[in-house]
Amino acid sequence: MITILDILLLLFLIVCAVAVARIRDLLSAVILFAAYSLVMAIIWQMLGSPDVAITEAALGAGVTTFLFIAAISRTQRTE
Amino acid sequence: MDDLVTHSVCRFMVPFVQLYGVYLIFYGHLSPGGGFAGGAVVAASIILYALSFGRETASRRIASGVSQLMESGGGLWFILVGLFGILLGANFLANKAAGFYLGTPGQFFSSGIIVLLSFGIGIKVASTMITLYYNLSAEVDEHGNDI
Repeated sequence: MITILDILLLLFLIVCAVAVARIRDLLSAVILFAAYSLVMAIIWQMLGSPDVAITEAALGAGVTTFLFIAAISRTQRTE
Repeated sequence: MDDLVTHSVCRFMVPFVQLYGVYLIFYGHLSPGGGFAGGAVVAASIILYALSFGRETASRRIASGVSQLMESGGGLWFILVGLFGILLGANFLANKAAGFYLGTPGQFFSSGIIVLLSFGIGIKVASTMITLYYNLSAEVDEHGNDI
């Protein structure tokens, strides 16, 4: 059964994905990507796989963001 | 980066994040989680510490060499525990066939060598990500040497 919350989360996911691809500022893109991962983790949990949700939250929203920020701090912030 | 807010929040959060990661590693056979997810959470806490307090302060807690040693040690630990199955007369990574204590399902001491294997995977994943961060954030001069 598809609820309103599902539709809202999926819409947020699509908007985040398009915005990550189109934004010019790389730091903003990293933060948007973290938001994408967080919503994806909530969707995994709603789909009934808490194992994948924990990994997505720790890796997608945590470690990947830290590594991207470390890479940006060594290079330039804009494309 | 010297900021009071990041230092205070990081100092408050890191112990809880690490406790949750260790819980995920050691209860991976009973609840969602396991070696990979728990190791990633532990690594995220240490990388968060290194981001807010600087790489020098973090490498006083876990040096880059120690992290690389733990990475190799986690893999070797997994293989060593697996070889016990062969030593006891069964296949590689054998659990019940090698006669390990299985206990009652649902309790902590209930799954033979799976806890030990999760521990090895957790060490391996955590130290791999910490080494990755140290290598990414290292400053090098124009000849490629560490500063």
